[in-house]
This record gives sequence, C-alpha cells and structure tokens, in this order.
Amino acid sequence: MSAATVAAALLTGLGVLAIGLWVGGYDPGLALAALWRGAFGSWYAFTSATLLRAVPLIVIGLGFAFALQAGALNIGAEGQFYAGAIAATWVGLHLAHWPAPLAIGAALLAATAGGAVWMVLPVWLKLRFGVIEVISTLLLNFVAESLVSLMVQGPMQEATGIFPQSDALPAAVRLPLIPGSRLHVGIVLAIGLSLLVWFIMSKTVWGFRLRAIGAGPRAAWVTGRINGRRVLAIALLVSGAFAGVAGGLEVTGVSYALYQHLSPGYGFTAIAVALLARLHPAGVVAAGILFGALEAGAGAMQRDAGIPSVAVYVVEAVVIVVIVLADAHLRRAPRQAAEPTPIPVGARAPA
Amino acid sequence: MDLVPLLAGFLAAAVRVATPLLFAATGETLGERAGVINLGIEGGMLGGALAAAMGSLAGGPWVGVVAAALAGAVIAAVFAVVAVGAGADQIITGTAITLGAFGLTGALYRQRFGAEGAGLSIPTFDPVRIPGLESIPLLGPALFAQPALTYLALGFVPVLWWVLFRTRWGLALRAVGEAPAAARAAGVRVRTVRVLATVIGGALAGLGGASLVLAQVGTFAEKMTAGRGFVAIAIVVLGRWHPVGVLIAAVVFGAATALQFVFQAMGLAVPYQVFLMLPYALTLLALAGVVGRVEAPASLGRALDGDS
Repeated sequence: MSAATVAAALLTGLGVLAIGLWVGGYDPGLALAALWRGAFGSWYAFTSATLLRAVPLIVIGLGFAFALQAGALNIGAEGQFYAGAIAATWVGLHLAHWPAPLAIGAALLAATAGGAVWMVLPVWLKLRFGVIEVISTLLLNFVAESLVSLMVQGPMQEATGIFPQSDALPAAVRLPLIPGSRLHVGIVLAIGLSLLVWFIMSKTVWGFRLRAIGAGPRAAWVTGRINGRRVLAIALLVSGAFAGVAGGLEVTGVSYALYQHLSPGYGFTAIAVALLARLHPAGVVAAGILFGALEAGAGAMQRDAGIPSVAVYVVEAVVIVVIVLADAHLRRAPRQAAEPTPIPVGARAPA
Repeated sequence: MDLVPLLAGFLAAAVRVATPLLFAATGETLGERAGVINLGIEGGMLGGALAAAMGSLAGGPWVGVVAAALAGAVIAAVFAVVAVGAGADQIITGTAITLGAFGLTGALYRQRFGAEGAGLSIPTFDPVRIPGLESIPLLGPALFAQPALTYLALGFVPVLWWVLFRTRWGLALRAVGEAPAAARAAGVRVRTVRVLATVIGGALAGLGGASLVLAQVGTFAEKMTAGRGFVAIAIVVLGRWHPVGVLIAAVVFGAATALQFVFQAMGLAVPYQVFLMLPYALTLLALAGVVGRVEAPASLGRALDGDS
C-alpha cells in the first residue's frame, strides 16, 4: 500500500464528485473552488472550520484503528460519541465552581468513561454469546441517538424547558481557544493521543499483542499464549473510550451544550479516516485533517454554490471503496500464484 | 377501554411496521445463505425509498415499486462488484455503500425538492381489504386489510423457502455459502451465484424502502430508513437464516415497535424516546439468546480464494 494508492483514492473520490455535480447541472469548477476556499482559503477557515472538524475525526479514527489492529470493527462510534457527550455535559454542568483545568479534566474523564461504558454491552455480547460487534455497536447507535433526545427533552433540558438542548456549560468546563480562531485546544490533545497510540502500538508488548491477535488469534495463542478474548475486549473498550472523548471535546470545545444531531456522522467518516491512514496513528492525523477539510469545504460549497453538503459522503464512500479494493488486490495477488486452494476445515453439511 | 379493537390495532400495526423489515431481511437471507453479508442494504433501502417517492410522483405507486426494486438492485450490484467480484472486505464495503447512499439520496433529494424538503404528498397504496377474511376478529385487520406490498412481502417467504430448499439453484446457493471450494469443485459458478443472490437481495431491500414510503410514511426524508437495514441483518440472525424464522423475527420486531401505539392508547406517560429505543434494545437481547445456538453459513463474510 503506497502513497500512490492513497492519492488515487482521493482523486477518484473528488473525480466522482465532480462528474456527479456536472451531471446534476452544477459547475464543478465553481464547486471545487468553493470547497477549497472553505477548507484552506484563509488561516481562519483552516483553523476554525477544517481543524475544528478534524479533532473528532482524528480522535475517533485513532480508536477505530486501534480496535481494527486487533481485528475488531467498531461501527458504533457515533453512539459512543453521544454517550461521551452526555456524560461530559452531565458532569460539566455540576462543576461551575471548580478551577478550570480540574473541571475540564473531570468532564473529559467522564466522557472517556461514557464512551467505554457504551461499549460494555457489545463486548459482553461478543465474548459471552458470540454476537459480532458490527451488529451490536451499530444497533446501539440508534439507542444513543434516542437517549440524547430523551435527555435534552427530559432530565437534562435547559432551565426554561422550551428548547431541546441542555443548559450551557459553565466557563470552567469550556476548553481554551487558540487565539484568533474558534479552534479549541482539543487539537493538541488529538495529536498527543496519536503519539500515545503510536507509542503503544509500536513500542510496547501491549501493542504487539494487539497486532498479533489481529494477525491471527490462534497463532497468537499457540506461539505466545496471548489471550485473544482479553485483548479484543480491551481493544474495543479503548475504541469506545476514544469516541467518548471526541464527544466530550465537542461539547466542551464547540457546542458548549448537549444537542440532538451533535455529530454530522463523525463516527462513520472516521472509518474512512482510519482506513485512508492505513491505521497508522500519524496517518490518522493527516487523514483527519484532510476529511475535516472536505467537510468544511462542503459547508462552503453549499453556501457559495448551492450544492447539498451531504454530497461529500459520496466522496468518502468512494475513498473507502478504492482503499479496500487495493487491499483485496494486494492480498490476492501473491496467493494466486503460489498456493493451491486450501481445503476448508470443518465444513458443515447444509442445514 | 375496549381490549379487542386495541389488540387488533396493535397486531395490524405490528404487521405494517414489519413489512419493510421483512422485505429487506428476506433479501439479506438470500445473500447470506450464499455467504455474503451486505451492510449496504441499509443504503439499498434508502435508495429504494427515494426511487419509490420519485417514481410514484411520476407515474403512480406501482412505478415507484419498480423504480425502488431497480435502485436497490443497482446499489447491491455496486457492492457485489467490489465485495464479491474483487473480494474486498464485505463489512467495510457495505458500510461505505451505505455512507455513499446517504450522500447520494440526500443530495438528489435536496436538488430535486429543495433544501428544506417540505413534506411531499406522494401517491401511496391503500389497504386492500379481502372480503370476509377481513372481519375475522383480532387477526382480520392485521392479515387481510393491508397494503398490497405487505401481501407481496408475505408471499416472498414461501417463495424463498421453496427456492432455497426445493430447487437445484437453491441447493447450489447453499453449497456456495457453506463450502465454496466444494461447490466450485462440483461445477457451481461460485462468484456468479454470490453476485446474483446479492443483487436479488438488494432488489428486495429496495422494495423494503418502497413499502416504507408508499405504505407506511407517505413521504421521503433524508436518512429515513433509520437503521432498518441493519435491523434486518439482525433479524436474519434471529430468524436463523430460515425464511419462516425471519418472518417470525420481523413480526416480533414490528410488535416491539407497535407497542408504543398501545401504550399511547392506554394513556401511559412514558417518554416516546423509550419506545424508539425499545426495538433496538430487544433485538440486542434476542441476539444474545439466539447466537451461539445456531450456525451461520460457514463461509459468511469471507472473500473467495483464487479464481471462481
């Protein structure tokens, strides 16, 4: 997998977008120019639109990549994001009198716990009953969305009881902003987390265990007595915690309150981010900024050229497809030449 | 409060809610029996829903139905080319297809109907009342006074059973799902069978989207499928990859959703969001009870090795 593949994926995505816009009767040149301006047109656009959106994408993407290294697919980051946002808001609203760094730390810790707790059920279902995490995490997304709706119209509704949102968070739990922008210091945390994940993955026994399980649970057990179930559980919980932190950063750094539809689909976009990054932590930062730019540019495209911003999901889908196609090609190419078709072990009679 | 009309209304609502899920889950059963898990059916349903809305506005509900089936088949064909043809990861490809369908349907809808997307009034299906049977107490309204699409969905259940278990093609399809290498050795064109099963399954998911728009909601909204495609995948597991089991699981899920009508009629002050969560939560619990005691098609989710 090379830089060329990554570039090809991106160019194909943008190419499909341009063709789609042309077919839809829009001016692709105008649209792509608006996209560029909205993402990179000024320092303010780059920090307050692109990097601001990159923060949740990087944090969630790191968690998704972490779990996938162990072979687990967390498609429920959207739900864990909301669980983290609820927890951070709940705790934050009670900490008006705490000193700022402590209050922020407590809110983000709550978000971490919230995201991890939202992953407990899928982990239990997987280890105890063999329910694949793909389905359980996906279904919990919808439970989380309803839970947010319940919270902002019930126990956590703002004081006047009119709007479906929580009270605004006190100043003590709001993240400091980078001067001259709306970008909060969560970007620093996101980059710090990527260094941490890189260190764990490549420099510790723990990271080795994780990758060993991802490469083959049986081999990891036979050769190293690595407990696949435990590693898998921890990988998934960590993945949930990351998505939870992203939700916490969003309420303490951007929205300052709990809303419905707080996430425009960060949990799914982050999958594209992690895959484009080839699961490498530094790559996740770069890909997160790239997709942050795409989402920021999409907003500008809608304002300036009247093009529905949801069209960027098509770009994301194309990027993912090109990457998995390249993966499949790499996986198959050498095998076809060398090995005969393996005989399946334990094939069962049809039901 | 009169119990009989309440129960009859509950059962009718359960079947109505179950219809889109039944279409999608029937289609997914076909694909999974051939060894393909397609998370893109959520996108297929959504594409089917928009196609149904546009088709129905252009030429009436039946045009909408055909357009929806075609849209679902095309979306599934894209998935099949990538995941079966090229052997890419099925889960991730399916997620991407659904993501792309969100984007495409959202953009098309806003381009066609404006950013606000005022509620459309789409020609829909009226219930087809079957004289005599309709007035059976309790079950009559649920089974014999439903829109035509519900009868169609129910009709696909025995058809799928017959195809899967009583035809050569069904035997080949199940062989592909259980042991692709053996099927290939026996002369079955594994890749072709998988692609066909996936595309037909996608057409059924499209019909699910159509029934949502034309027989249930009466309008289109962005992301209106709200995870029904994913629920359908859970229903396939709950139904143990068997058409009759899938029918039962779909109706049970429909009943869990329809409970809210009963509770509302009884005047219980439970927040409506609880009822929105309930079906998903029940599905998770049910999965815990079922998985492990049934076996999925052995090659489910695995790419094929080498040339097939």
